[in-house]
Amino acid sequence: MDYLDALESKSICVIREAYQKFKGRTGMLWSVGKDSTTLLCLVRKAFFGKIPFPVIHIDTGYKFPEMYEFRDRLAKEWGFEVIVARNEEQLACGMGPDKGAKLDCCTELKTNALKQLIDREGFQAILLGIRRDEHGIRAKERYFSPRDSQFQWDYENQPAELWDQYNSFLNDSEHYRVHPILHFTELDIWRYIRREQLPLVDLYLSRQGHRYRSIGCVPCCSPVHSPAASIDEIIKELQLTTESERAGRAQDKENLYTMQKLRSLGYM
Amino acid sequence: MRPFPIVITGHVDHGKSTLIGRLLYDTGALQADRLAEMRQSSHDAGKASEFAFVLDAFEEERQRGITIDTSQIYFTSSQRNYVIIDAPGHREFIRNMLTGASYADAAVLMVDAVEGICPQTRRHAKLLAMVGIKEICVLINKLDQTGYDRERYLEVADQVRDLFAEFSGTPFAIIPISALTGENVASRALEGGLSWYFGPCFLEVLDAIDTPPIEERPFRFAVQDVYPHEEGAVLVGKVDSGRLSTGDWVAVWPEGCRARVRGIARYPALDVGAASYGDAVGLFLDVDRVPQRGEIVAGEPAPRSVSDFGATIFWFADSYVSGRRVVVRCATQAVAGVIELLKVYDPAAPDDELDPESLNIGEMARCRIRTEAPLVIDSFAVVPELGRFVIECDGVPAGAGIVA
Repeated sequence: MDYLDALESKSICVIREAYQKFKGRTGMLWSVGKDSTTLLCLVRKAFFGKIPFPVIHIDTGYKFPEMYEFRDRLAKEWGFEVIVARNEEQLACGMGPDKGAKLDCCTELKTNALKQLIDREGFQAILLGIRRDEHGIRAKERYFSPRDSQFQWDYENQPAELWDQYNSFLNDSEHYRVHPILHFTELDIWRYIRREQLPLVDLYLSRQGHRYRSIGCVPCCSPVHSPAASIDEIIKELQLTTESERAGRAQDKENLYTMQKLRSLGYM
Repeated sequence: MRPFPIVITGHVDHGKSTLIGRLLYDTGALQADRLAEMRQSSHDAGKASEFAFVLDAFEEERQRGITIDTSQIYFTSSQRNYVIIDAPGHREFIRNMLTGASYADAAVLMVDAVEGICPQTRRHAKLLAMVGIKEICVLINKLDQTGYDRERYLEVADQVRDLFAEFSGTPFAIIPISALTGENVASRALEGGLSWYFGPCFLEVLDAIDTPPIEERPFRFAVQDVYPHEEGAVLVGKVDSGRLSTGDWVAVWPEGCRARVRGIARYPALDVGAASYGDAVGLFLDVDRVPQRGEIVAGEPAPRSVSDFGATIFWFADSYVSGRRVVVRCATQAVAGVIELLKVYDPAAPDDELDPESLNIGEMARCRIRTEAPLVIDSFAVVPELGRFVIECDGVPAGAGIVA
């Protein structure tokens, strides 16, 4: 079997398993970036062209304008429902990346916006497009990862996960984070995007010698020097680089354990 | 190419995480900012470069100097791509070790030259054999701490061969190394303390392990779910073994009803004509009754439908008391049952027979399992996917087993 087919099959099985177990209590997060857009494509394949659960966009209000435009365009083209989740209360109070620590901003505008949505809609499984090769902390994740009512990730006590048997037992007010593309690498994602000819926010492609390798909120993302203006060129570039993908992401740098703290508090 | 998955196992503190950090560092595979992060965290902890911190990313792991959870990292040699799976060495984290090992095609077993074989060395070796990992490369580590004593290396290597003989195994290689200094890790230590060793280094041995071939096995497809579709009900799942073509005759177990394959769907195609091992597809069957999740679509020779079978199990949770109700999960099947323990033993001390009425973390047992509804199984050697299972207690995975 072709390598990309193998990656795709594994992801599709995880997606179908989540939906089988949690049905109408399932949702997926779509950041509009390359990974969660790949996940969206896989969900569509898993259900033969339909997307049977809501697609959630956590909107911090600080995203690139291109991302909002792309979100609305793809939702219309592929015909799926987008739930936009914003922590309006904190936004009204002026929360932002310049107000205090990045950890607080991410926690309020992302984690807590999601928390409010889960409380309101009663989701029991949230699909996310994280990958093991992104970060040392994400390398330790499970495909089905339980979170308690406070959203805490009990990372010292993760369940066993073997032979495609995924944990799905829920205590009251818990939910699962489901990670169908955990086994993709950054290069795999780009090769898959090329093969599937997926639509993409063009911030990833070089303009005047710069491009974004990872996109999120405008103030916390820095572009990298790169002449790669096409997907083929990005793939070539990634085969040679020694920089990691999240080198341009501010929240990873503030403190060595910011990522661990963010994730243990329920960050994506 | 698919990266070759290899798990690094062994007793606590025998140098597993250090080996991986060292290998990545010496081959220039560490990304610049991960290297900087490793140096910074080592410095903060008052240590020189701590290679283990590349994988031990949790603050608690670094403070305590141990690996708590399994981790995976990608690595490319001049020969091929790898995904290297680090596994914790503590008995209390054995479920994380098993989680890591379940993804691997081959394994490394680390043995500290000073301490020799320890309880988790034995337990890990036997668990690897149980889950069907055939190629195990043994690294005798920390030879720098023995003054590069060749006699000590030979002595520990003999202990290793004796251990493998207990499960009729042979190590793929036994290599003297120092993960700390990097000797015999990514390149041969031609000079210095290990110059008495003339064999290949670890990286060379790694590259020499063959990818296990995908063998021709009988067709099996465990139904994961059933979706409505304009072409009729579509059974989704993955091909657990063998291959299938449109037009083939199959049987749906446990009842054994015959059915014909009308189409094999992989979106956007309604019929791709064929599917093989690992493919996630949808099946359209000509059949009287639409099968449900947990039923097994199979070719010849047929699987066994049982409600009482023999197995070897491994326990990684709190104590199990004989007779307690459990759920057996095999592929997409989930059936309640009870375990009758026949012989309980500690793989780290196989000569001590234990109380057959209970099973504790890290122990193994030969047993009979009686289920309340039929379970469709194969022998592990014929179809691994239907010859292995997970045992759940109160909704939580607590043990793993192999059909005897």
